[in-house]
Amino acid sequence: MSDRMNEVSVERARERLHEVRLQVNGAWRSGQCAARTSLVDFLRETLRLTGTHVGCEHGICGACSVMLDGRPVRSCLMFAVQADGHSITTVEGLAAADGTMSVLQDSFCQTHGLQCGYCTPGMLIAAQALLERNRCPTEFEIRDAIGGNLCRCTGYQQIVDAIRLAAARLNAAATGAGSGVSAPAA
Amino acid sequence: MKPAPFEYLRAASVEEACALLAAHGPDAKLIAGGQSLVPMMAMRLVRPAWLIDVGDIDALAQISIEPDTVTLGACARQYVLAAHGGLGAALPIIAQALIWVGHEQTRNRGTLGGSLVHADPSAELPLVAVMLDARIGLQSRARGRRVVSAREFFTGPMSTVIEADECLVEVRLDQWSGQGLGSAFDEVAIRHGDFALASGCAQIALDPDGRVRRVALALGGVAGVPLDVSGYAASLVGQFIDDTATEAIARSVAAALDPPADLHASSEYRRALALTLCVRVLRTATARARASLTEVA
Repeated sequence: MSDRMNEVSVERARERLHEVRLQVNGAWRSGQCAARTSLVDFLRETLRLTGTHVGCEHGICGACSVMLDGRPVRSCLMFAVQADGHSITTVEGLAAADGTMSVLQDSFCQTHGLQCGYCTPGMLIAAQALLERNRCPTEFEIRDAIGGNLCRCTGYQQIVDAIRLAAARLNAAATGAGSGVSAPAA
Repeated sequence: MKPAPFEYLRAASVEEACALLAAHGPDAKLIAGGQSLVPMMAMRLVRPAWLIDVGDIDALAQISIEPDTVTLGACARQYVLAAHGGLGAALPIIAQALIWVGHEQTRNRGTLGGSLVHADPSAELPLVAVMLDARIGLQSRARGRRVVSAREFFTGPMSTVIEADECLVEVRLDQWSGQGLGSAFDEVAIRHGDFALASGCAQIALDPDGRVRRVALALGGVAGVPLDVSGYAASLVGQFIDDTATEAIARSVAAALDPPADLHASSEYRRALALTLCVRVLRTATARARASLTEVA
């Protein structure tokens, strides 16, 4: 065991550090990391943005989803050095600056769209990406959009309900028929 | 689950990528989208000492639609290919296949070339490349450019003819001439977006009178490489296609297969899927070809 630990620390000490500069939730941030540091580890450990969760670390579970230049990607399948110069949106970027939850986030609360919460940041990013390009998604489109995100608690139904509710509230707000954020579950 | 340490280099051109591959030899790997390579690195099944990023080379992301041929850059992202209007009109089979490739989050990063060099026997884009007998352009510093037929490119599961110093640069696909074209892709997986247990695709050209002019048929997940089984459908040429003929072809294809068995599906089940998928893709491609004839008329 100690040999293995020693090998790991030697492995780490030899690694060259790269300067990485990204626009995260609108603000330019920078830090140093080894080439093999995944984007999700860079966000969590270097930039201390721990809202994005690390799940499987090999691209299956979707918990680490963030938006790269406006498109959802798995941040465990990308090295931070590859994201240098790009724009990232994490779950921290969805709420208002004062912490008020977005319509989408509030809809997850309204419909009990989360239990343990581990998948939630990835679900929110996937749902946000969907609603940004499609304000009236069908149930199939909602299920397809979160198809790459695993949830082991909810059975997905409440998550689908949350996204459908958010779409309805956003549309109501856009047409002036509802108040948006505080609207109760339909 | 962290990859082993490596040195990261970003190549600004194909020539630079080839020079870096030549300099670092088999210890170097190219990365573009990383959607297949990074999981293998995370599991330490692959431990490159040098990782050469070709994902930002504009010349590798080009999509060119000419009257007879479509040329797709190796680093064209899957989401771009799926939504490209000109490509959708020229070769709708690409978008039909991409519906089945991973998920939105992986298609946003994943590339055409990455899928081909990864060479998963159940992957969708290699299957389309084999069905249309794509010409795959490979470049190295030592030997320049060579072109390999997709039907010779794949040599086994996760294996291709690509050499350690070569970069896959482009994929050329012929457009079939004339009217009355239809294509279809279908697969069976445990969940949508998972690896296919078996997959199939077909492309059919019908003469104005409805007789088959040309047909291509291919199956994935039933052998170590994507299989072109167009030969089994060749008897259709010059004939009217109906359910009896389609089912006879599907049965003869399935009988000739010896599919692999694993935890998810037995060999017999995969053979049954192959039969069903052959019928489905031939039927759907024919229906689309007929619809396109009607549009012309």
